Amino acid sequence: MLKINDLHVKLEEEDKQILKGLTLEVPAGEVHAIMGPNGSGKSTLSYVLSGRDGYEVTGGDATLDGASLLEMEPEDRAAAGLFLAFQYPVEIPGVGNMTFLRTAVNAQRKARGEAELSSGDFLKIVRAKAAELQISPEMLKRPVNVGFSGGEKKRNEILQMAMLEPRMCILDETDSGLDVDAMRLVSDGVNALRSPDRSFLVITHYQRLLNHIQPDVVHIMSNGRIIKSGGPELALQVEENGYGDLLAEAG
Amino acid sequence: MSEIAVKTKAQQTPQVTGAPKAVTALDDRLAAMSLPQGGFSAPARAEALSRLRVMGLPGPRDEYWRYTDPRLFNVPGPQPLPFDAKAPESPLFAQRDTLTLVFVDGAFDASSSDELALEGIEITTLAHADAAGDHWAAGLYGALEAAGQQPVKRPFAALNSAAAADGVLIRVTGTPSKPVHVLHRRAADAADAVWHHVIRLEEGAELTFLESGMVGARSNAVIEVDLAQGAKLHHITAKRAIDPKVGLSHLFARVAEGAVLKSFSLAVNGTHMRHEAVIDMAGDDAVAHVAAAVLGDGATGRFHHDDTVFITHGAERGESRQVFKKVLKNGATGVFQGKILVKQGAQKTDGYQISQALLLDEASQFLAKPELEIYADDVKCSHGSTTGAIDEHALFYLRSRGVPMDRAIVFLVLSFLADALEEVEDEGLRAEINERLEEWLTSHA
Repeated sequence: MLKINDLHVKLEEEDKQILKGLTLEVPAGEVHAIMGPNGSGKSTLSYVLSGRDGYEVTGGDATLDGASLLEMEPEDRAAAGLFLAFQYPVEIPGVGNMTFLRTAVNAQRKARGEAELSSGDFLKIVRAKAAELQISPEMLKRPVNVGFSGGEKKRNEILQMAMLEPRMCILDETDSGLDVDAMRLVSDGVNALRSPDRSFLVITHYQRLLNHIQPDVVHIMSNGRIIKSGGPELALQVEENGYGDLLAEAG
Repeated sequence: MSEIAVKTKAQQTPQVTGAPKAVTALDDRLAAMSLPQGGFSAPARAEALSRLRVMGLPGPRDEYWRYTDPRLFNVPGPQPLPFDAKAPESPLFAQRDTLTLVFVDGAFDASSSDELALEGIEITTLAHADAAGDHWAAGLYGALEAAGQQPVKRPFAALNSAAAADGVLIRVTGTPSKPVHVLHRRAADAADAVWHHVIRLEEGAELTFLESGMVGARSNAVIEVDLAQGAKLHHITAKRAIDPKVGLSHLFARVAEGAVLKSFSLAVNGTHMRHEAVIDMAGDDAVAHVAAAVLGDGATGRFHHDDTVFITHGAERGESRQVFKKVLKNGATGVFQGKILVKQGAQKTDGYQISQALLLDEASQFLAKPELEIYADDVKCSHGSTTGAIDEHALFYLRSRGVPMDRAIVFLVLSFLADALEEVEDEGLRAEINERLEEWLTSHA
């Protein structure tokens, strides 16, 4: 589904190379985790894939279902089925959560040539999905992420994911700032979305999240590259021994 | 909010050639108007005229007119503004249950208006009251305007008191069941509308006063508001301007003990506009909030919008709040001059002022002059002014959810304006204004 081939990325405004030939493939239905020390380029990868400004691709490619992502506008990538759950979801005062969600859902449907959801249908679906994530109707009415706790913001990200039904979900440190209960809720939300035609790329610092969202493959990223890939046991090894051994092994 | 963005603009001003010429300009200005004679307001009008003769019209070098060229207000007549009678009207608040007074080019049109009867208020029009003789507004008409001439001169307000052809006079004794709504309509291409409202709320009375509709080529409006102890006025003005509209307005308010004034204005387009609010926090525990949301697009020529506010705290524990937000594009200019004056003895004053501009391109500019002058030693006053562009991170967040760029910008503009709209207490009215803004932004994206 997602294929990243020899991706090189630098910061637009500085002469600083962040990704230095990253190659990664996430087949349909699989959950891949990326772990790595601070500064290895994990968040950059998520931003470059979803189309944030400020990065320059100097080589390589990234495709979703065969279509090159890198030339597309962010909204077109979303319509193509890509979703990024932000590490720090943005607060947007004055714009209702529901209005935002409905606009996003219908814009994507429109971009894909599908009929827009009526407000009645939308309301029914969003209420049901919000209830599963223990998001109250009151929270749905509030402005986007305003006055939300850290956990509420992350649940709101998962709600957006559930409503938009992307094919490829990237979770950027979704576990950061979550207590145990919130992490379980978020993980349950993600697990409920797992399906044979949907894939996940889970970026995390901690193995703990991977107890809840069980990955098929774990990648270790360092200095802009994947230096090792393996099964879930690789995450346990990192938890136990840190990155030192792996980095030394990779030279 | 820490950053104070004050951008000064080089002004090309013609040489001022001394006082005699200014008098001539004023004479020309007055000669072009027909000054109402007689009636209860005659003494006040005569006084206003002599005030005006002493002050003269402002020149471009006048400090108070530093950012806004007064010449378009000084000239005898406006540039005609063709009026298409068939153009759809759809003013705000038209669908609500209100006591509606229609004004055409600043003059009351009884045949299109509701019957002037509503429990808890006495309501009539200025022209009608003048024709009838004695009136309760005799002690108020022009009085707050006169008081508001210190310490800063406001000649166009005096001109208005002298020359206003019509307006509404409202005295509220209770809590009327619905808002009073002044709906403006246009007729003549070169209309130079001058109207003057007087609103007096007696002790504990409450009123919502709305103004909407379309105004003509040039307008000069004054509203005098006198709030007795514990009274509460919501004032919302959302007039629709069309280029090349030139407009000027003054709100003079006196807020007695425990009284509350909430004034919100929405301005969308126009050419050259200035709105002044002069508020006297006369009683202890008085509350005054003034806010504006302004959308300016210079694409059709020019857009210049000036909000000038002067709030005087003369009593204890007063709370004043100024929230001004301007969205500017295609070379539009926004101006804010806001002052909080805290007199000696006005202890525990809580004064807040924020003025912010969202510039949608590099050709637009915001000129801000926030001022605090404080003579009491136990007060809380703050001011902030910022000028910025669309938040790129928020824009990316919205787009990453599939919201197209133009739609995402509409969201972020509404988000920017939200604090000003929050000052509209009534949720229904706020939603209606927000919806109108959204429509306008969507159609002008």
